[in-house]
Amino acid sequence: MQRAAPLMIAVTTGFVMILAYFVPAMNDWGDMATNWFNILAAAALVLGGGNLLKMNLQQIAARSAGWGYAAVMLVSFLATVGLGLAKVGVHPPVNFPDAPWAGDYIQEGSALGWIYEYLINPVTATMFSMLAFFVASAAFRAFRAKNLEAGLLLGTAVIVLLGRTYAGVFLTGWLPESLGWLRFNRLTELIMDVCTTPGTRAITIGIALGVVASSLKILLGMDRPYLGSDEA
Amino acid sequence: MNRNTVVWVVVFGLGAAGLAWRAAGTGMGSQYVRAIEVHAASKTGQQFTWTRYDDAFPKDRGQPDVALSTPRTLGVWVAALMTLGAFSFLFGDNPLFKLTQAIVIGTSAGFAVCVGFWSTVVPMLMGRLHPEFVRSWAAPGMPPDQQTEWIALVPLALCLMLLWRLAPWGGWISRWPLAFFIGLTAGLRLVTFFKADFVDQVANTILPLAVMADGRFDPWATLKNLAVLAAVLATLAYFLFSVEHAGAMGRAARLGICVLMITFGASFSLTVMGRISMLAARLQFLFDDWLWLIDPLNRRTGL
Repeated sequence: MQRAAPLMIAVTTGFVMILAYFVPAMNDWGDMATNWFNILAAAALVLGGGNLLKMNLQQIAARSAGWGYAAVMLVSFLATVGLGLAKVGVHPPVNFPDAPWAGDYIQEGSALGWIYEYLINPVTATMFSMLAFFVASAAFRAFRAKNLEAGLLLGTAVIVLLGRTYAGVFLTGWLPESLGWLRFNRLTELIMDVCTTPGTRAITIGIALGVVASSLKILLGMDRPYLGSDEA
Repeated sequence: MNRNTVVWVVVFGLGAAGLAWRAAGTGMGSQYVRAIEVHAASKTGQQFTWTRYDDAFPKDRGQPDVALSTPRTLGVWVAALMTLGAFSFLFGDNPLFKLTQAIVIGTSAGFAVCVGFWSTVVPMLMGRLHPEFVRSWAAPGMPPDQQTEWIALVPLALCLMLLWRLAPWGGWISRWPLAFFIGLTAGLRLVTFFKADFVDQVANTILPLAVMADGRFDPWATLKNLAVLAAVLATLAYFLFSVEHAGAMGRAARLGICVLMITFGASFSLTVMGRISMLAARLQFLFDDWLWLIDPLNRRTGL
């Protein structure tokens, strides 16, 4: 029961989704399963929150290294959940002013909206922007045109970088129309159309085949990751 | 304290003093709002009034309905300090970065829980199990003829089984919802990936090998189509590991590697440009919204 039931659930759900795609009469089944999936995903977020709580409380109780940061994380988490679930600072919608809980939970001026706008969003954007430094640093250390392949990578990177900015126009805009295809912006277009699109397409086809193969393994019961590593 | 710590303490102290001096002198980072009274009537005729605050430019702060917003000003300062905290990782792991990291992880996890509750659990689970209750409280716009859907007890049971994972015993119970999750993902991905990433991609590669435009042969478009087809086939040849890459296959695979390298080079450039755009946006926030050193949108003209 502990192994057969999950297998049956996974196989049945998977084939229902496939049939729902091909059989119009079963579309509702697919929609219902997708709704259940979304509800379960929300529950998984609660599970993640519970796990965060558990792990940080353990770290604080044990006074292990970095327990102060764990305390800060815990307070941040609990404060956000409290303010968000209580809809602090949320106004009701104009068409239902007698329903104070009906307002959008992330509307401008709400506590959760403040947290998103001034805490989560700036730091997330900064984290992503910092990649510019790390990519530049890695490129400086690793980019060496030692052979044809490396030269192609380096050359394309330079041409596309220049071709997608005003620098490309500044450097090659003077070329006569007969040699216009050598301008960086046109070379970039050519590279994108003739090389990048086919390359990306071949990679995408490979990924699709991999996803189909791994999905089939799950649906046929050959791969059972939901049972855990020791019982699969 | 070692020398390095002393240097950093001095740097931080001077920075804080400079910020305090500038904030006191210019009011940098201040955010202003325009108060707008909102009037609404319920279906029973009861009147409700509350105040909404819209953004206003600092140059309009003399106007009667424009006032300093403490929460938004505090928000800009918090966002700026958090941004600097994240940037501090460029100098290596440090307490400021760890503090920023802890705050962001905590708030992000809490934010995800709130989003999951208000956008999924309330309308899709509670709204189906007890529509009258949800309509009276959180979703007054819900259709009045919405009936209780008892089938929604199934996802509720699956949710409870999933949360059982936190319990010290009976861990196998959470395998049922996990199996549902994985089975559904596998089924959905099998058809969607096969359609969008295989069938459609192959269909887009089947191009005319002799292009005619206005009744005339177009050599440039023909060459382009041939190049696209050759590049796709060559790249696929490289990924075909069940055949030895020798002879014609080897040459095709070699061409495929070249196409891949060009693809990676272009992807690298686009990634770098995207990140630099984000970096520029963060620097603009710091210099414009916080420090008031630049004013590209003329929001403080005349101050």
